Amino acid sequence: MKARIRTALQYAERPALRATARAVVGPRVPAHELRRRPLRYWLPTLLLGAAAACLVASIFLPYWKLTLHAPQYPKGLHVHAYLDRMTGDVAEIDALNHYIGMRRLDEAARLERSLSIIAVSVIALLVAAAVFIHTRFAAYLSLPAALFPAAFLVDLQLWLRHFGTHLDPRAPLSQAIKPFVPPVLGQGFVGQFSTVARVEAGFHLALAATAAIAVGLYFHWRAYRPLAER
Amino acid sequence: MMRNPTAACRWFLAIVSLALMVGGTAVTGCQQQEKVEAPAQVHTVTGLGDDAGKVAQERNLTPHDVVAALKTYMPSGRLDDYVMFASGGHSGQVLVIGVPSMRLLKVIGVFTPEPWQGWGTGSVATEAVLRAGDPSGRKTSWGDTHHPALSETDGAYDGQFLFIGDKANSRLAVIDLRDFETKQILANPLAMSSHGAAFVTPNTDYVVEGGQYATPLGVRYAPIEDYQKSYRGLVTFWKFDRQKGRIDRDKSFAMELPPYWQDLCDAGKLESDGWVFCNSFNTEMATGGIEKNQPPFEAGVSQRDMDYLHIINLKRAAEVAAAGKVETVNGFRYIPLQTSIAEQLLYFAPEPKSPHGVDVTPGGEYLVVAGKLDPHVTVYSMAKIKDAIAKQSFEKKDPYGVPLLKFDDVKEVQVELGLGPLHTQFDAQGYAYTTLFLDSAVARWSLGGAYQSKHSDPPWKLLTKLPVHYNVGHLAAAEGDTTTPNGKYLVAMDKWSIDRFQNVGPLLPQNFQLIDISQPGDRLQLLYDMPIGIGEPHYAQIVKADKLHSWEAYPEVGWDPHQQAKHASATVIGKERVERKGNRVEVWMTAVRSHFTPEHVEIRKGDHVVWHITNVERARDATHGFALPYYNINLSLEPGETDTIEFDADRDGAFSFYCSEFCSALHLEMAGYMLVKP
Repeated sequence: MKARIRTALQYAERPALRATARAVVGPRVPAHELRRRPLRYWLPTLLLGAAAACLVASIFLPYWKLTLHAPQYPKGLHVHAYLDRMTGDVAEIDALNHYIGMRRLDEAARLERSLSIIAVSVIALLVAAAVFIHTRFAAYLSLPAALFPAAFLVDLQLWLRHFGTHLDPRAPLSQAIKPFVPPVLGQGFVGQFSTVARVEAGFHLALAATAAIAVGLYFHWRAYRPLAER
Repeated sequence: MMRNPTAACRWFLAIVSLALMVGGTAVTGCQQQEKVEAPAQVHTVTGLGDDAGKVAQERNLTPHDVVAALKTYMPSGRLDDYVMFASGGHSGQVLVIGVPSMRLLKVIGVFTPEPWQGWGTGSVATEAVLRAGDPSGRKTSWGDTHHPALSETDGAYDGQFLFIGDKANSRLAVIDLRDFETKQILANPLAMSSHGAAFVTPNTDYVVEGGQYATPLGVRYAPIEDYQKSYRGLVTFWKFDRQKGRIDRDKSFAMELPPYWQDLCDAGKLESDGWVFCNSFNTEMATGGIEKNQPPFEAGVSQRDMDYLHIINLKRAAEVAAAGKVETVNGFRYIPLQTSIAEQLLYFAPEPKSPHGVDVTPGGEYLVVAGKLDPHVTVYSMAKIKDAIAKQSFEKKDPYGVPLLKFDDVKEVQVELGLGPLHTQFDAQGYAYTTLFLDSAVARWSLGGAYQSKHSDPPWKLLTKLPVHYNVGHLAAAEGDTTTPNGKYLVAMDKWSIDRFQNVGPLLPQNFQLIDISQPGDRLQLLYDMPIGIGEPHYAQIVKADKLHSWEAYPEVGWDPHQQAKHASATVIGKERVERKGNRVEVWMTAVRSHFTPEHVEIRKGDHVVWHITNVERARDATHGFALPYYNINLSLEPGETDTIEFDADRDGAFSFYCSEFCSALHLEMAGYMLVKP
């Protein structure tokens, strides 16, 4: 792959374009240099590759879990949020939520959920592409992935705020339960329920991807910076 | 280090990412401390402390009482190891009881309407089951349940189905243990009454219904003077279709028997597989008539020293029926008595007079007949029976030509136990247990033969008698009538309780007494008395609780429990509707905490109403009721269930319907109006 990009650059027709492309893609690693210090150049590649893999894998795992505890639910009620769907006791929680006039969980983050698989695939691909870019543009390509976990939590908290503060005033318990903001992480209380929200394996993978990107970019800088300055 | 802005930018990125990672991990790390309640600390009970001793003293409990309490007490939330299915007697129902706690878990509606379960109180499907069992055109609203029989695989309970007979009307019911609901009731087309139902063959191919009072076959009239000529006994073999969970009436058949009063039966197993045994009384063929100066039945049927144990070759009988050597009455096949004799399907063996139970040992080697009016139990050997039949060694024939085996040829041993032996059960230690009605006791005695090695007592010997209170009828040991008896517990089912409970008026509860049978030899301990205030139970069976695999809720929303499949008229939220075609109004309604949809059902007087209600709940225990006053309707809509009611709106008015099962904090608000315009 690397060889092919180099060839493409060499045979690019227009010199100006070729110069821009070279500025974005950055220097290639001479063969003798790669042989001399393979770890130096493979490390950023492996870390960024691992980050991309983590993100793709996270698609298949739950990101967030909400557990509701109440006396009449000895096993608790559980909702697992994946990037594109919610599983668990969604129907039961919807049934309970109607008492306080909360909208059905299915109505939350519809756009995000419909785009999430493609979006995460794309940002994972960008990270994978960053492997071949030996300039600061690698960092720009990795940025969406690095920020994804934070974006996820922020979006979720906004939805929780929206749901908790837009209760149907005609609901049976609208006098008893005032609008509230369920916490995206940690413990909350509503009625006889105590809720515990926590992130799950998918989120941990996304977070691992962020870490791998951060460390990978450092090694990336260490490996390719000297080549660019040469 | 910072050689240019680009580098600074890179560092910034790296630091931001790292901070994110570290911060995030810290946050998530905290969240993982989700509170999991630690299991209650277990204190090992090494000696009863001061508190316990004080309680025992205050309550006047002996050490023996305290041990009994410790053996039966269930802390809240602890589940029983065994489940007992007991006949509910003339309540017409089945009782489900946890053992050893003796807590009543459920009363399953069977032959009698049971409003809590919506059983026969308006639900079209349950009414259909009940009406299919009406023995005549008359709506029958009770039954006399006698002997429950759990379905078996290889002679061991499999926890799938339960059968029970109605003595009064000669009926049989099938209960599906996935939801503990009755699925089928059949009226015997030939017999008026039957005592010996139900007993199953080792793989539940057939459910055996022994007879009782002889009548002309097909429920007809014949003068009592023609008793010997026109009255007949009967045993019916109901073919069970396990796949469908139903008795297949067309593949079932009966055997015509002499007009003795057949009683309890048991199916052979292992050694005796393919055979069925029923005992009988009134081989005198007494016809009573005390008012005509004839001996009353009680005397007339007890004249002879011996009655006849019926030994039936079911395997061959099924072949004979399949070969079409049958006659039919009321569209039901039976093998005529003379055919049974000619085909060698039926043999008699003398048994001490007026016996009650005939019980097959776990390995099927022996049959134990309890004499009732004889202080012995008589043990017959299956090997000897087979041998005598092979040799065609008969004493004589009965008046109808049935070969009568010689008592001494087939008897293994007689064990003297006491007065009024009735029924026998078995355990895993090689012991048998027989109730003694007149002695008000349960006898433990040792088996011999193949069972000798299981215990260190002499064979065929009475070991001990434990007094019970009082007039014990049946008994049930844990899986005590299977090929794999479990032992540990036994329940004596006492007919009288006299002074055991608070006086609740002249009609006294029955008494189920739990007995610990886990110790060998003469050690039996009475643990607990459970009053039964709903009917007079007869037999019961006790199954290991882990063999039952019942649903927590119906498998999907819109379930028809009577077909165990999706209901044709199930509704989902958003699809509720009322449709009118002429004067036929059809309603599709949903129920969910805490409302019905629709809440107004507007119809006109004279409309014919078909009304489907689907409980769309998935939560365990989120059952809704549906009560419609003045129309005699109450449904139990368990999570996922769809049920249908159908009636003519013959009375106008504003009828408030409501949820009759306290479902939620807004349960009272779960109501609506059926508005019937004049």
